[in-house]
Amino acid sequence: MQMRSPRFRENAREALDNAQLQRALTNVETNFVGKRQAATDALPEFEALRDKARDIKNHTLEHLDLYLEAYEKKVSEAGGHVHWAETAEDARNIILRICRQANAKTVTKGKSIVSEEIGLNEHLSANGIQPVETDLGEYIIQLRGEAPSHIIAPAVHVNKSEVETEFRRAHTHLDPNRNLDEPTTLLNEARAILRQKYFDAEVGITGANFLIAETGSSVIVTNEGNGDLTQTLGKVHIVLATLEKVTPTLEDVSQILRVLARSATGQDTSVYTTFSTGPRRPGDPDGPEEYHVVLLDNGRSSMLGGDYQDMLRCIRCGACMNHCPVYHAIGGHAYGWVYPGPMGAVLTPSLTSIDQAGHLPNASTFCGRCESVCPMRIPLPKMMRHWREREFERHLQPASTRFGLGLWAFFARRPALYRAATGLMIRTLGLAGRRRGRFAAMPLASGWTKYRDLPAPEGRTFQQMWAERKDAA
Amino acid sequence: MSGREAILGRLKRRLAREGDLEAARAGEVMRRLEEAPAGIVPARGQLPDRERVALFERMAEAVQASVEHVPRMADVPKAIAAQLRERNLPAAVRIGADESLAAMPWEKAAPMEVRHGPSDGKDLAAVSHALAGIAETGTLVLASGADNPTTLNFLPDLHVIVIEAADIDGDMEAVLARIRAKFGKGLMPRALNMVAGPSRSADIEQTLILGAHGPRALHVVIVDG
Repeated sequence: MQMRSPRFRENAREALDNAQLQRALTNVETNFVGKRQAATDALPEFEALRDKARDIKNHTLEHLDLYLEAYEKKVSEAGGHVHWAETAEDARNIILRICRQANAKTVTKGKSIVSEEIGLNEHLSANGIQPVETDLGEYIIQLRGEAPSHIIAPAVHVNKSEVETEFRRAHTHLDPNRNLDEPTTLLNEARAILRQKYFDAEVGITGANFLIAETGSSVIVTNEGNGDLTQTLGKVHIVLATLEKVTPTLEDVSQILRVLARSATGQDTSVYTTFSTGPRRPGDPDGPEEYHVVLLDNGRSSMLGGDYQDMLRCIRCGACMNHCPVYHAIGGHAYGWVYPGPMGAVLTPSLTSIDQAGHLPNASTFCGRCESVCPMRIPLPKMMRHWREREFERHLQPASTRFGLGLWAFFARRPALYRAATGLMIRTLGLAGRRRGRFAAMPLASGWTKYRDLPAPEGRTFQQMWAERKDAA
Repeated sequence: MSGREAILGRLKRRLAREGDLEAARAGEVMRRLEEAPAGIVPARGQLPDRERVALFERMAEAVQASVEHVPRMADVPKAIAAQLRERNLPAAVRIGADESLAAMPWEKAAPMEVRHGPSDGKDLAAVSHALAGIAETGTLVLASGADNPTTLNFLPDLHVIVIEAADIDGDMEAVLARIRAKFGKGLMPRALNMVAGPSRSADIEQTLILGAHGPRALHVVIVDG
């Protein structure tokens, strides 16, 4: 998909001014946060499981080459095929080739954010194959010609009446006077239309939450059942997954499953957890005749052993964005690429470049909520700070920011001067703001005061107060 | 150079260690795959038989499955007939080749049409026999194959799953042990489906609606005997 991260500031401004989006975003905070809390409170072992999940992924990453080789061997033994794709283009070409060999005209798709990352739908369409998204949220945004705005709730930015509008526009064979007031009616309409697509499609493409080295299985977790119909009814099942999805054993998957659904939607477990191992076997009355796994690198191997390796533990639950005040304010589209929120702010510069995605790690208040809820204990704020440092080193910030930081550094390196200067400034501002307690405008601070008042200082600096308290003690 | 060699080469350059250390790395990986050590198993499911089944029932109902008990396998067809009547569904079910299901006295539930084999999408109700249950989360475990075809789990509006009380385990780890015993170490059925409640979506304004793409209702029959 087209990268819009470089214009993050403009995106964010538009998002803040979008009243409909702001209404939709209140759903994120009110629903996800409380549900996660209730689900984790109900499992006393939750915090210990987070540690365990982190350790399992760390161990796997240290031996990623060996686990991938073991996984590949098991897939082959089960009659499946593993294809290695270095880049997005490689993956697109491999998938197109498999679809062509199957004479596919229609391809159904279970939700796969990696397929968004590689721009798969555009590629298939351009080559005469119709991709049909089957997850309800993905189906809605496919009709709208949009990208997902959340990794587990792709249409979270869309409201009910917009879905109705889209369905009336797309489903022209249905009675134009039908009633579509209720979400249930909308769902039933999509269900009926997509039901036929599962039978029509020659190929079904899904992602994977896990690839299991012990058994050669791919695992998907869903609530709708769309992924299962996608992979069961097509002649060919293609799994598109990135390298770091490999996990050693069934027991290891069990550990991570216990933190995944609770962190994502506040469920103890997703409705459907499906382990797929190879194609249809002798005597099987259903299931795909071919089973392919496309293993995608696209920048992951370069993250190994570097500052951002911890990000490869991510299991895409979405908890970090569900708890992020910046995501709550601007939604997912403002981030400008596939991965929004704190995980996107770390991952997007890693997979693209800091030149393009430099704004994203700056879109954080460093409140730390993302790290506090991350089931894999990924130090997201620390990694965003790394990106900021790199951005600074590479002179990618505007001259005014660099001048300001340079000025601050000049004083910070001279403590006596720093204390005198800040003391004087705080006293002056305190006196000037004595009456109203705040400033609506201030020279050099319009970036702040344009949107909110600046509280007036109370006359003394933190260092002065600290010194007084120490003396008193 | 192929994609495989390029990717694995890059990974190995970053991960490989010298001599003995590299051998140790391979040993560690082999051992983990062989031993599959259990991690943390929540206390929630560690219960005596009766309480474990009660927990399973409670958890399944919490995810909107309906649950009933029958004393013996032979009582299942009548219970299913009653369910179909209650839900205003025609007296017809689809089943696979599962021996326990086939051996049931379906004639007792007459007039009931019993269709066999995978679903073509036209069945309103299907019956499967679960391999196991997980009390911890109210989950049912189904293995693919001619006995219980996978299409039965997803295409009908009503999915009835029959499970024997003795097959309800406390936690997922106990079920994994069962799977290894049945299929062999490192081997799996083509599809292993874990199912907790009927299909659902919350993609429209976060409103939870049952019956997204899979079954609109899930009915569990626990055979106590």
